Amino acid sequence: MNTLTRTCFVALFSHWRRNPLQLITFLTGLAIATALWSGVQAINSEARASYDAAAATLDEGQFDQLLASDGNGVALSTYIMLRRNGWQVSPVIEGRLGEVRIIGIDPLTAPGSLTGVELNEQVSLNSFLGKGAVLTHPETTSVLSGKAFEQLEIVTNRNIAPKLAFTDISVAQRLLGQSDFSRLIVSNMQPLKRPDLSSIAPQLLLQRATQSADLGELTDSFHLNLTAFGLLSFAVGIFIVHGAIGLAFEQRRGTIRTLRALGVPLRRLTTLVACEILSLAFLGAMIGIALGYFVAAALLPDVAATLRGLYGADVTGQLSLRPEWWASGLAIAMLGAALAMAGKLFSIARMPVLASPRPRAWAIATGNTRRWQAASALLLAVLALALLAYGSGLTVGFMLQGCLLTAAALMLPLLLDRILSFIQNRSNGVVSHWFWADTRQQLPGLSLALMALLLAVAANIGVSTMVSSFRLTFVEFLDQRLAPELYINVQNEEQSKAMDRALSQNARETIVIMSERAEVAGLPVELEAMRVGATHRQDWKLLEGQTDAWDSLEGGSGVLANEQFVRRAGLWTGDDVELPNGSKVEVVGIVGDYGNPLGQLYISEKLFLDLFPDRFPLRFGARTDDPKALRETLNAEVGVPTSAMTDQAAVKEFSLQVFERTFTVTAALNVLTLSVAGFAMLMSLLTLADLRVPQLAPVWALGLTRRQLGRLELLRALALAATVCLLALPLGLALAWILLAIVNVEAFGWRLPMFLFPWDYTKLWFYAFCAALLAACWPALRLARTPPNALLKVFANER
Amino acid sequence: MLKLSNVEKSFAGNDGLIPVLKGVSLAIDAGESVALTGESGSGKSTLLHIAAGLEIADQGEVVIDDQELSGLSESDRAQVRREKIGVVFQQFNLIPSLNVSANIAFQARLNSSFDAQYVQHLAESFGLQDQLNSFPETLSGGQQQRVAIARSLAARPKFILADEPTGNLDETTAASVLDEMLELVAKTSAGLLMVTHSNTVAARMKRGLHLSGGHLA
Repeated sequence: MNTLTRTCFVALFSHWRRNPLQLITFLTGLAIATALWSGVQAINSEARASYDAAAATLDEGQFDQLLASDGNGVALSTYIMLRRNGWQVSPVIEGRLGEVRIIGIDPLTAPGSLTGVELNEQVSLNSFLGKGAVLTHPETTSVLSGKAFEQLEIVTNRNIAPKLAFTDISVAQRLLGQSDFSRLIVSNMQPLKRPDLSSIAPQLLLQRATQSADLGELTDSFHLNLTAFGLLSFAVGIFIVHGAIGLAFEQRRGTIRTLRALGVPLRRLTTLVACEILSLAFLGAMIGIALGYFVAAALLPDVAATLRGLYGADVTGQLSLRPEWWASGLAIAMLGAALAMAGKLFSIARMPVLASPRPRAWAIATGNTRRWQAASALLLAVLALALLAYGSGLTVGFMLQGCLLTAAALMLPLLLDRILSFIQNRSNGVVSHWFWADTRQQLPGLSLALMALLLAVAANIGVSTMVSSFRLTFVEFLDQRLAPELYINVQNEEQSKAMDRALSQNARETIVIMSERAEVAGLPVELEAMRVGATHRQDWKLLEGQTDAWDSLEGGSGVLANEQFVRRAGLWTGDDVELPNGSKVEVVGIVGDYGNPLGQLYISEKLFLDLFPDRFPLRFGARTDDPKALRETLNAEVGVPTSAMTDQAAVKEFSLQVFERTFTVTAALNVLTLSVAGFAMLMSLLTLADLRVPQLAPVWALGLTRRQLGRLELLRALALAATVCLLALPLGLALAWILLAIVNVEAFGWRLPMFLFPWDYTKLWFYAFCAALLAACWPALRLARTPPNALLKVFANER
Repeated sequence: MLKLSNVEKSFAGNDGLIPVLKGVSLAIDAGESVALTGESGSGKSTLLHIAAGLEIADQGEVVIDDQELSGLSESDRAQVRREKIGVVFQQFNLIPSLNVSANIAFQARLNSSFDAQYVQHLAESFGLQDQLNSFPETLSGGQQQRVAIARSLAARPKFILADEPTGNLDETTAASVLDEMLELVAKTSAGLLMVTHSNTVAARMKRGLHLSGGHLA
């Protein structure tokens, strides 16, 4: 580095040394923005890695399987018979030991990619078969303890899904205490000729590999939601960075002029400024990535619970450092800082060397800037309308949100100026007139922070409206679906028949729970058997349905479909669907189905048994006024253990728990976004404080005390925050509507009714108000304590 | 030698181009001090900026030490300014984030001619030895201008171009600052071109030039 460069760097960096608050603002803004973004990315990449591990290790999605139609295991003799007849099948034993899913495989016959881990990578085939090795995720090892595992070699591998353990089939038989196989995996490589399954093993069902929906696809919408939140938080953080960079540039106009006058070439100067900002951005980004790790680590358990609850996807609860997320955090932070800096660098490049050195800092909202803002806002609003009218798809939903939020943010300073002008014109007292005029003057300097506050409050209103609407609908939905007071599981056909008989005598009504996966209208669906009774007719609310819907269903001429299925299939009430046996039935009604991503068709029990004659219910629901007595009766009459019977209250509580955790992440991000907005406001007010002295000194000299000025500063921040909060309401409700009517439909396949929650909004306003109050306290206190000689210097022209 | 030959400069106005300098020529030798006077708006500062390479003349030549400025790139002009010219502005133009010592040494450091003893000597000559660690905002106007002049001298330039350096100061302070400045300029044998409104200041220079109607008299 030559002397010129070094000397310039010293001069440029000296600004930050003299203005540590600006440096803190810049670094903190970027660190927070990066933390939220990279935190979300960390969660997403961890979850995706878990899906990849699951896809590589869970066989359901990859291979066809043979299952016993009676729900019991597959006998060894059946397996041998199939092998002898040329069927390339491999046995699997599966069961749970505590919270760990044990999968026993036969490595000699299993398809190569079944475990996702090549055996010879870490453990030899001899060791796997001989000593008995257990392959598992590092996180799961702590759970695999106890006597049963003493003789076994535990081998860890991060490519295996969490809470899953692979071992040899004989070891699994011993660990799980079962001899029959859970299923047979059908290899993709089969001989050209082999006997039909129905002729040699009619008791087995072939389940196609493609019947289960892909986990990654199912959870994409969830991750997109998280990403959108991360991006919103990042945008709010970048507002802070933009403000800090803008202020630093404006305050250094004089220095830049002097440097050029003293002989520093323009190109060198712009390069040095860019290097300076980018090196600070790098520092901020690294801090942010470190913080992001902690954010992700704190949120990951809730995300894991959400994904397990909504999609049945097991995601590791521990975070590992993955290059993709910290690299993306670093990249977006540098890009954000570069974007925030680009305009300022351009203005330096265009600034005449003899331009006025006085900081224009917060007088930037010239007529041109305002016109540009209004035009951009209008353009984005038109684009939003066009997307609303002609667009479709999840991405369009998020683009619509982006356009709406950006347009509103750009319009905010203009709108506030009009409002303040209106108030100013109607204020009578000389102090109040000055106060409102002065507030208008402060708008350009505060506009970025106010935009951040607008976005944060609007996002909070939007998301809380969606969540609360979802909560109301979901609780009502649970009340409908979990109407039976008691749920009973049975083991076999004999028990099933006995239970049905016993329930018909002892319960007010019997609900059968029986389903089969199939393909209807080209989509995977679950066909649900329904024994139509009073519970269905009275409690189930149809989103839309024919008047005789229940009669049609009971008679077998009609089916009910869940909302996600009809939306995906492009069907509606009155349309026909073709069932797997080729018969056509009419969709007579649509039911809301929240918390389940799969398409479902409800058909009469009789029609179900016509389609699947070998099936029988393994689960029942019972309507009763005395669940305890019924439980004892069923235990005595059918011999079903009480542990196989579950109270409705327990099921409902579990479902609600899963649901509540689902939105913990969203709520946490909401709070973080609001905190970032409060921080943006604090930093804007603090950096403005120094520039305010020349504006306030004359008012002080004319008779207002410093304490009064401090109080007025506080009042100003609160007045602006209150106005922004009010303006955020319609924006937040529009956001909620987009989330409920567009994003949810595209992401989950259901549309929720929108409810309003005035009390929640009032609480939110209160929090935002508190954030603004906290942000304004320190600057106001500093102003109230400004030494008189600092104010007097304004008149001495010696500042 | 600093030599301007037939320099012309116009600025855009509402009614088209307004000529400010109409073929101005002047020459200043090393060790010579020249006062440039004229009414407000007569183009004095423009002439000074053109001489410093801060602005480009529409026509004519500016030669400093046998180097013609108008043919040089922005970067090369900056180098000439850095190495051969010291500029003093009416508004001081100190770097607010650097202390007095760093401000004085700044240009000298830029062109690798920093001499700590000389900087110390300049500070003492201008009575700034007790303020070396202070920041500009804590100094009076007179002290700030002393720092600016010391900065321009610290790099040992061949020419000092000063734009009303005492214009913001009271009469007593202005006289004192001017005395110190002229004494040190004389010691360094630098050429001095000073724009001023004050006849008293102009009278202290070896030669006086008056700019009027775009011409020197």
